[in-house]
Parts: sequence; structure tokens; C-alpha cells
Amino acid sequence: MSYTYENYDIAVIGAGHAGCEAALACARLGLKTIVFTVNVESIALMPCNPNIGGSSKGHLVREIDALGGQMGKTIDQTFIQSKMLNKSKGPAVHSLRAQADKHDYTEFMRRTLENQENLTVKQAEIVDILTEDGHVSGVVTHTGGIYPCKAAILATGVYLKARCLCGESITYTGPNGLQAATHLSDSLKRLGIELVRFKTGTPARIDKRSIDFSKMEEQFGDETVVPFSFTTNPEDVQKDQVSCWLTYTNEKTHEIIRSNLDRSPIYAGVIEGVGPRYCPSIEDKVVKFADKNRHQVFIEPEGNYTNEMYIGGMSSSLPEDVQYRMYRTVPGLENARIVRNAYAIEYDCIPATQLKSTLEFKKVEGLFSGGQFNGSSGYEEAAAQGLMAGINASMKLLGKEQIVLKRSEAYIGVLIDDLVTKETHEPYRMMTSRAEYRLLLRQDNADMRLTPIGHQVGLISDERYEALLEKKAMIEKEIERVKHVMIGGSKEVQEFLEAHKSTPLKTAVSLAELIRRPELSYEILEPLDKEREPLPEGVIEQVNIHVKYEGYITRQLRQVEQFKKMEVKLIPEALDYNDISGLRIEAQQKLSAVRPHSVGQASRISGVTPADISVLLIYMEQFNRSHRKETV
Amino acid sequence: MISDTIAAISTGMTPSGIGKVRLSGDSAIEIADQIYRSPKGKKSLKNVPSHTIHYGYIYDGSQMIDEVLVLIMKAPNSYTTEDVVEIDCHGGVVVMRKILETVIKYGARPAEPGEFTKRAFLNGRIDLSQAEAVIDIINSRNEYALKSSVQQLQGNLLNQIKEVRKSIIGSIAFIEAALDDPEHINADDYGMTLKKQIDENMGILEKLLRSCDDGRLLKEGIKTVILGKPNAGKSSLLNYLSGEERAIVTDIAGTTRDVLEETVQVDGILLNVIDTAGIRDTDDTVEKIGVEKAKKYASEADLIIYIVDGSTSMDENDLEILKLIRNKKTIILLNKIDLDLKTTKAAIEKETEHPIVEVSVKDRKGLEQFSENIRQMFFEGKLTFNDQIYITNVRHKAAIQEAADSLKMVLQSIADDMPEDFFSIDLMNAYEALGKIIGESVGEDLINTIFSDFCMGK
Repeated sequence: MSYTYENYDIAVIGAGHAGCEAALACARLGLKTIVFTVNVESIALMPCNPNIGGSSKGHLVREIDALGGQMGKTIDQTFIQSKMLNKSKGPAVHSLRAQADKHDYTEFMRRTLENQENLTVKQAEIVDILTEDGHVSGVVTHTGGIYPCKAAILATGVYLKARCLCGESITYTGPNGLQAATHLSDSLKRLGIELVRFKTGTPARIDKRSIDFSKMEEQFGDETVVPFSFTTNPEDVQKDQVSCWLTYTNEKTHEIIRSNLDRSPIYAGVIEGVGPRYCPSIEDKVVKFADKNRHQVFIEPEGNYTNEMYIGGMSSSLPEDVQYRMYRTVPGLENARIVRNAYAIEYDCIPATQLKSTLEFKKVEGLFSGGQFNGSSGYEEAAAQGLMAGINASMKLLGKEQIVLKRSEAYIGVLIDDLVTKETHEPYRMMTSRAEYRLLLRQDNADMRLTPIGHQVGLISDERYEALLEKKAMIEKEIERVKHVMIGGSKEVQEFLEAHKSTPLKTAVSLAELIRRPELSYEILEPLDKEREPLPEGVIEQVNIHVKYEGYITRQLRQVEQFKKMEVKLIPEALDYNDISGLRIEAQQKLSAVRPHSVGQASRISGVTPADISVLLIYMEQFNRSHRKETV
Repeated sequence: MISDTIAAISTGMTPSGIGKVRLSGDSAIEIADQIYRSPKGKKSLKNVPSHTIHYGYIYDGSQMIDEVLVLIMKAPNSYTTEDVVEIDCHGGVVVMRKILETVIKYGARPAEPGEFTKRAFLNGRIDLSQAEAVIDIINSRNEYALKSSVQQLQGNLLNQIKEVRKSIIGSIAFIEAALDDPEHINADDYGMTLKKQIDENMGILEKLLRSCDDGRLLKEGIKTVILGKPNAGKSSLLNYLSGEERAIVTDIAGTTRDVLEETVQVDGILLNVIDTAGIRDTDDTVEKIGVEKAKKYASEADLIIYIVDGSTSMDENDLEILKLIRNKKTIILLNKIDLDLKTTKAAIEKETEHPIVEVSVKDRKGLEQFSENIRQMFFEGKLTFNDQIYITNVRHKAAIQEAADSLKMVLQSIADDMPEDFFSIDLMNAYEALGKIIGESVGEDLINTIFSDFCMGK
């Protein structure tokens, strides 16, 4: 029996990290939104590692925040340890990572959703997407409820036809034994959507009381914590932190793994899904890097009020008995009691080349998707896509311009462009090396880059936007000033330089030039800068980075100019690549499959050569000129 | 819209009286102005009106290259509708090449195959009906460039480029793996290790750059074979060509070939000479050039120089070879005219219609006439250069130069004590530039190297 419920503007399917951002964005933009989850307890669940951020992922969280998303705010409220990674490296690769109290995180996010105006939370499995004339018209729950809507966002994570494997034991559930979503896959196939199978895995959780920490190295958080959100007052995040612990596997561990490989579902060929290379299971590590006699193991708390500890670095799908033996070879884990076994999980997801850069399906109007369903991996990657899918679904319904972030603008731009352009053969993870212009896409300037866009969209308040403009003005003014302040070789100056192991001056130089010296900085030079006025820390940071790395930054800006030329050349939607006789067949096929929105995107499709791009440009010019004639 | 400035030789490498080097793009006039000097040294091309011709000289720094006419055509009234400069020089292959390399040095980049035509079309200069023709030009030239690019690369040079690239991507992968997973991999103080590697790679690249200058990176000369019996004077001729008249001389002890090749220049015409004397040296048992070998080389050569030893009588071998080369471009040298002649010019003339020059290589007699013969054949169009190979060579040089410049930037960053992540920016540029030569793009190379070389992950 089916029955029709009330109308919504947007239905979000799934309430993980992508679904939460999507639902909040839509509701905050004034659209009547409903978010479906198989279980309300599992909103914003962190079924794997207990942390948010990390190299390049920290950048994503900053960007989500700068655009008006929620993840940064939530982790700032619920972290139990925080670290800025790569602090000894350049500013472009500084990355925040915080250990979360998983329970608090989930709880905080759930409350945020529950209290959000325009947003309804509903526990139900969606089994069907309804369309009219190729346009989304509603969604159907497993109980037969029809929810008419104008747009839907798929954020099903790893739940579609999920299968968990632990040795010979196979269960058809989502993570943590949660109910899988078994019907939606077929509905999507009926809509002409292609699905593929990916897999990922998670290590065991071990009872803290059974661990001997004296055999491990303690890993502390930073003394001064930097918050993720630009809206969080740094003073509010200085608190007591918990420690993580480091230990190592050894030859005994590896021996147990090697002699039981035939019982591993991956090596036995039971798993069909493709797993990620960057977080290999401990079996993979032992097999692929056979020459390494030990691997690091990080023991991380799952929260303040639980004894469960996450065993980072030892994800596995070996049988439970092997897991017991394997974990107990690790120093400190000799008496380990496993609370939750390690397991691998397989699920349906899509080749994201079926999506436009706006994350809307090319085939089904009004259907958007984000998160692990799009073939990515990681909470942060998911949240970033969810936010963009939410923004664009909303923009579409509001009749406003949709937002596509460029590769030169944000890691989110790189992430989505890679997903919708390149064939991904494994769950996609963000890495700083994927960003061509990473010197410009720093975590410290995410607000400068993206908050104006967040404001334009409507997720950033006028107040926050004006504060940003003010910050920007202060930065520009101060950069100008330090370029013009001249420092002469007075006795005071020379002594100061010597004290800082810096070469004495022969002639007067600008303050900017001194800042550029590796051993000096804007802050260090304060005593020599007599007219300096106190500035907020965020401003000082920007001034320092801009002056210090000006040469590199200018070079990247020039490259961006070149890059943008091809990005603004939009390919007409009606273009039929089979009509372009000069195009090689491989190029015709690849271009027809991806249907890139710009020549720039076309050039990034593997198998499309520069000569193909030249041919495409000529053809487009021909196409445009003849169409111009027609309209005249 | 901003457009970078491209340059190419637009007359082809045929030795017409005048050679044209053409530039198009925003900085075309500025680049030309930097290398142009008027007779009085006062004129600046930046201030001259469009569609004017300027007499003067092209200089690379303080070195004068040629006396030229420079045509200035300002946007939009030019073939490409961009600023266009044409430098008309005296047409010598060496001169054209030098001028092209100079404009590249001053900021232009070698045009991609068909790029002038492409720009002309995209900027509305070429009629719509020509679109297909334009596409054909681009396709055919690219196909050729791609083929010649890899095929013409000497095997060991190709390997050297691949080795340098491999070393570079390995360094980037290490740095990036460490940045991505700092708790597993430590890149502190990597600068010193990297510097050593870069120094080595720079050495290789600099050698490659010299190879480009020698025309050695791609064999761009006229494929020439010297045939003749032992002691006819083949080696002396080669020594003469490479020793005294040489502008460009190299010998590659080919690792993939069993012959010596030398690129020599006769009146500005590049000859790529296969030294069959070298074959004999490697094969002691065969003391004369067999007909079989002559056949093989004769079939591949663009030009054959057949040396007859005048002090001995012609034998059956001579007659057979003469038959073999009947339809090939050939110059016959009757050598050793300083000795008693047992074979006369008239005797050879009975057997062939090829021009015969009487010389004494030892005494340097008659060799001007020989050079003149080559020049004539070339100017009459009987011998032609493969200009596509030549252009590919220039493009390769620019790419290697770009890679070397990027590596220099890395060295600078190391010297400046910059953090490790800055190194990979310029390393990547170098990797990309070298990839252009062997037709490989970056793609997923880095990510793949990271995952195959380093054990990462949670």
C-alpha cells in the first residue's frame, strides 16, 4: 500500500557526512528539506577512524567552513586532541587533524539537524526515485510512503547492497551492523545509472583496559590548538587533550598474516570490490611491502566516555581467530580484548563521470549525489561533496546560478573535477599533490578564497562577509606598508640580525626583504618595525606568508591565468562528438562518455591528447559561427 | 584574451633565397625588439606603425646573427589577428635555426604543429568552409611530429630522458608521500639528497642540450652514404668533411647501431653521413664492402657519394654498384688524380649519368667543385631537408631547456632553505617538460609512484 506524504522541495537520502552537509545547506537556504536515514542513531556516524582532517583533508574542512558548512564547527565542539601536521613545512601543506569524541560528534550533528529550521529528519530506507519526463518528482520509502519533491540528493555512503566480510563470515549489513539499503540500487539502474562495486575496511576496536601503554610511545596534541572553523574563538578550543599511542607490528605479526592469507576474503577472491591503495589492509601491507619488517600502529581513543580504542594501521578482513593472534603479537596488545572485529565492507557506488560538475546527474534532472556513493572515501571528502550538492540543488530550485569551484580556487574544486572527469578505479582520496595550485589553496586562506562565494550563495551572513572584507583590507594595507618601510644598517639592526643568525645589512633594505629571509619573519622583526600597529593574528599570518613566498605565489597566479583560459571555453551541450570527423575514435568515445562542460575539463580526460583539443576548438568555433549565423 | 607568443620557420627548410621566421602573440613585437638592431642602433620596433618593413640586424646578445628585414603587422590586421612579426633572413638553414632559437630564448615558444593556422581560424581569419582543412593540417602535422619525435630519438637518448624523468618522479613521490603521511615518512633535510640527484640530472640534461645544438638529438640532416672500395679514400673524405669544413661534427658511437654516423655541414647544408668505413672496422673478415651492404645503404640514403679509386682499375664490383645506384641521387668522386690514373672520367661516364668530380682528397684538389655540386643539387630541390624533424628538434630543445631551468629553480629553493614542499612544484614542471619530448603526459604517474613506492595509510 502506498500513500502520499506532504511535499518537499528537496529530499536528501542518507544522513552521513555528505547527507548532513547537504540537508543543512538546503534548509539554511530556505528550501523545505527532508533527510532520510536508515537509523536516526547513525546520523554523522564515524564508522572508521576517530578523527577529522589530516593532510589535505584538513584543507577540505576549512573550505567547507568558509562556504558556510557545518563540519568544522562540529569538530571544534567535540575534539579531544588536535594537531597541526607538517608544521615544519611550507604553509601550503600545514593541515589540521583532530581526534573526535565519536559519540559527541554524532550527537552534536544530530542536534544541529534536529533543530534546523526547514529540515525534517525521517528514519526510513528509500527504495525508489520517482521521475516525470526525466525529472525527479519524488522518493518512496520501504513502507510505501511517497514523498513528492523537486530535487533529490543521493548520499547513501557505503550502504547500498552493503556486505561486510570478516574471514569466512559474511553479513549483509552496513557498517557497525546497521541495516543495509538493498532496494535503491535497482531503482537507480532503472533510471539508467551505472553502478560499480568498491570496498573499504576498518581495523578492530580494543578494550583500553587490556592494553599495556607502557610499551608504546605517547603522542600528544599541540600545545596551542588552532580551531577548524573561522567562526570559532581560538580561546574556546584550548582544553585538556587526550593522548594517542604508537606501537609497531613485527615479524611475528607478519608471519601469522602470511600463513593465513588463504583465509582472507580478498586473497581468496571472495571480495569483488576495488579497495583503496592509500589505506591498505595490514594483509596488503605485508604482501606488497614484504621487505618492511615492521609497520606503524596508532592506538587512538574513540571518545572520552568509552574504553574502545581504534587500532590505526591494522585494518583487516582476516577471520576473527587470526585477528586475535595477529593483534596480540603487537607490543602492548599482548592481552588485547577485541570489542569490535576488523572487517571489510563492499558497496555499490557510481562512476562519477555520470555527473555534471554541479554533482547533478546528466541523465536525470534534479537528481544530485555526493559522498562515498560518488566513489570517494573519507568523511571530509564526503562532507565537501554533500555541501556542494546541497548548494547546487538549492540554486537550481531557486533559479540561481549553480556553483562549480575551479581547481585553482579550492581543494573541493579539485576533488569534484577529478571525480567527474577521471575514471576512478578505487575510492578517491584527497591529497595535496592532486592540487596543481596548492600554494594558493592553503588552509589558512580558505576564508579569503571561498567566503565571498558562500555569501553570494546565501550560507554566509552579511556580518561574517563584512568581517572578511575588513580582514582583506588590513592584509593588503600591511603588505603595502612593509614593502615601503626601509631598514638601514644601524648598530641596533646589525646586532639584531646577528642575534638571529642573519647576515648583516650592507645597504638599507625594505622590511619585506628581511621578512623573506628563511630565518626571519614578520613577527620576529617586530622590534625593528617602529611604526607597527597591533593587528589580528589572522592578518599577521597572511602578511607573513604573502611577503615570504611572493615569488612562488606570483608564479602560480600566472599559471592559473593560463589554466583559466580553457576553463571558460564552455562546450555547447548539444555538441555531438561523433560529428567531429577529425577527432580520433578514442577521443570521440571518451568525450562522449564524460561530456565535459569546458574545454579545460576535456583536456583532463585521460586519452584525450592536445591535438584532439585543437581539433575540438576548431570544431567549436565552426559550430558557434554557424549557430551565430542562424540566430542572425 | 592573453595569448602566449609562438614562433616557427614559415618558409620550410628549402634553401630559397629568403628564410622567414614568424612570431605571433602578445609579446611578438617586444621579443623582436629585444634582438633587433637598426643600422644606427636607435630604432625601437615597439614604436613603429603597423605594416612596415625595417632593415637591420638580429643579435643574440652581442653576437650578430644575420642581416634582416623585419615586418611588423599589428593586431588585428595579420594572419592570426594577433601581433605578428616576420623576420626575413638570408635563408641559410643555420641562420634560420639560430634566429628561431634566439626568439625562443627571448620568450617565444616553438609553435605546435599547425598552430598558426589554428590561431588564424579561431580568431576568425579563416573562412568557416576551411575548418576541415585546418583540422587536417593539425592532425597530419601532429601525427608526424609524434612519430618523428619518438622514432627519431636515438635509443640511448630516449632512455636518458626516461631515466631523468624516473629519478624526478621518484623524488616528488618521496616528498609528497611524506607530506601526505608525515607520521610514517619523514622528509626533513631531504634537500641535500635531492641536490645530489639534481646535479646528476642537470649534467645529463646539459649534455642533451648540446646534442640538440649538434643536430644529434634527432638526425635532421640529409641521409648520406659514402660508398667505395677499401682505400678508395672514404675515410679521408670524411675526415676532410668533418675536420676542416665542419661547423657541426659529432660522432656517436651508437649503442643501438653498428655504424658510425657523423653530421657534417657543407655550405650550410647538413649532411648526416653514415661512415661505411666504420662497418669494415668492426668486421675484419670482410675486407671490402660487399654488394649486399651497398644495396642496403643505397636503398636508404638520400644522397650517395661514390668514391672511385683512380689509381686502380674498375672491377665487377664497381660496375654492379654503379648499376645499383643508377636511380639514386649520387655524386661520383674520382679520387687520387694526383697519381697515375688507371680509371678515367671518360671510362666512368660510359657507365653512369651521375655527375663525376675529379678530386684528390689528400691534396685537397677539386673539393670546391664537389661542394658546389652538393649545393646545386640542394638548391635545385633535388635534395631536401626534412623540416619537420628539424622543427621537432627545436621543440625538444625548448622542452629540455625548460626542464633544466625548473631544476635550477629547485636548486635555488634548496639553497634558500625553503621547505621541502616547494621543491616538488618545480620538479613537477621539469617532469612535465621532459614528458613532452617522449609524448607522455603526467596523468596518474605521481599517485601511482607514491602508492607503489611507499606504504601509506591508516
